[in-house]
Amino acid sequence: MPSPRYHREIPARYRLEAGKCSDCGKVLYPARKVCPACRSQEMEKVNLSPKGTVVTSTVIHVPPDEFLNEAPYAMAVVETPEGARFMTQVVDCDPATVGPGMELDLEFRLIQKEGNSGILCYGHKGVPA
Amino acid sequence: MPGIVGYGAFIPRNRISSEEIAQQWGKDAATIQRGLLLKEKSVPGLDEDTITISVAAGRSALARAGIDPQKVGALYIGSESHPYAVKPSGTIVLEALGLGPEIHVADFEFACKAGTESMSVALAMVEAGRVDYAMGIGADTSQGAPNDALEFSASAGGAAYVFGKEDLLAEVLHTYSYTSDTPDFWRREGEFYPRHGGRFTGEPAYFHHVMSATLGILDRSGHKPGDFKYAVFHMPNGKFPLTAAKRMGFSQEQMEQGWVVNLMGNTYSGSSPTGLASILDVADPDDLILITSFGSGAGSDSFILRATDLLPEKQDLAPKVRDMLNSPRKYLTYGQYAKLREKIIVND
Repeated sequence: MPSPRYHREIPARYRLEAGKCSDCGKVLYPARKVCPACRSQEMEKVNLSPKGTVVTSTVIHVPPDEFLNEAPYAMAVVETPEGARFMTQVVDCDPATVGPGMELDLEFRLIQKEGNSGILCYGHKGVPA
Repeated sequence: MPGIVGYGAFIPRNRISSEEIAQQWGKDAATIQRGLLLKEKSVPGLDEDTITISVAAGRSALARAGIDPQKVGALYIGSESHPYAVKPSGTIVLEALGLGPEIHVADFEFACKAGTESMSVALAMVEAGRVDYAMGIGADTSQGAPNDALEFSASAGGAAYVFGKEDLLAEVLHTYSYTSDTPDFWRREGEFYPRHGGRFTGEPAYFHHVMSATLGILDRSGHKPGDFKYAVFHMPNGKFPLTAAKRMGFSQEQMEQGWVVNLMGNTYSGSSPTGLASILDVADPDDLILITSFGSGAGSDSFILRATDLLPEKQDLAPKVRDMLNSPRKYLTYGQYAKLREKIIVND
């Protein structure tokens, strides 16, 4: 990931900063300028709770090269108590046990390395609560 | 003097037993366990490093402190496994914790003493009135060369402390440091694993500095070993801290709660700070606590603390050390361990 883009995404990736539509209340992660539900441009900043529930999941057996040593690993669509949904890796467990309804804590983890000499990219992953 | 207003610790969930490592290298597991008093150790995942451990411990410390993160005016992280050679761990940790940007940040190194070093400077910043709150963290994903005695102990974990002047969980009553140039353990620039002086790491290094610092702070404070409910000394293995304690007149009972090394291993900069967190998890008001760290090179920092009436109501606000130690998620084979510690060379 190019460093400037990574830098712009730090509030969302590090602190789970999201956007909340001031008109309809929809919570969006990452934040957007326009609400996809009501088209409002009035958004406020909210921090998501570091927890969520698995909506759906899958197990990756043939990953991109940078995740080769992590396979097999679980990817899940997670919903936070605020109603925001996003995809994240679920770790510290047998990936086969990850499924809908599983309660997760969201922990700060290393997401990927840009090769042997690039920057380290951090964010949040799910861990069974 | 100011004191601790919040604390937290984090220990990765993977474990490898001393028996598994001994079996790999054809060593007698019973002899290792009897000699080093180590049953198992924590192992970081591929996605865990000093920065992620610092963030987890820091979040717990802020939860117990119950303060606005923006009021933290200084952040120091002590480690000998900072993920970057050039780029601070602290900048990433402060963003994740919601601190700053009006904050003084530094990464410290002093072998295994870097954690208490960061705590000392954080405490001093508050005491000097430069900041309202300061956070000091000790964390490591320790390196130990394959088939070296260090491989049985080098583990991962850390603890974070927020210092302030009001609403203290533990007052810091005294501090004392003892340092000399002693080449007992080192890692040169570009080297992957540290080297050590074998038995030389014992008497002239660990015991001389830990005992000089501990006896020094006892002398200056007028306290005797029997005054303390709890004591914790740096834990490079299970045996050294218990031997040092016995020589100075501390009992097994005083050492027990903070002696986490048999299940956690040596988390280097996070070792004695995590032992202290384990003590704070159970301490009662007015309990006196002694902590002495040790960093090769070599030096020791000692602190005398007294728990306050506020501590019990804060203990349950974040995960406790013994709970983390007693709930490992996965026991690794040596092959899995070698993969997670990136000891196996693979193509880019």
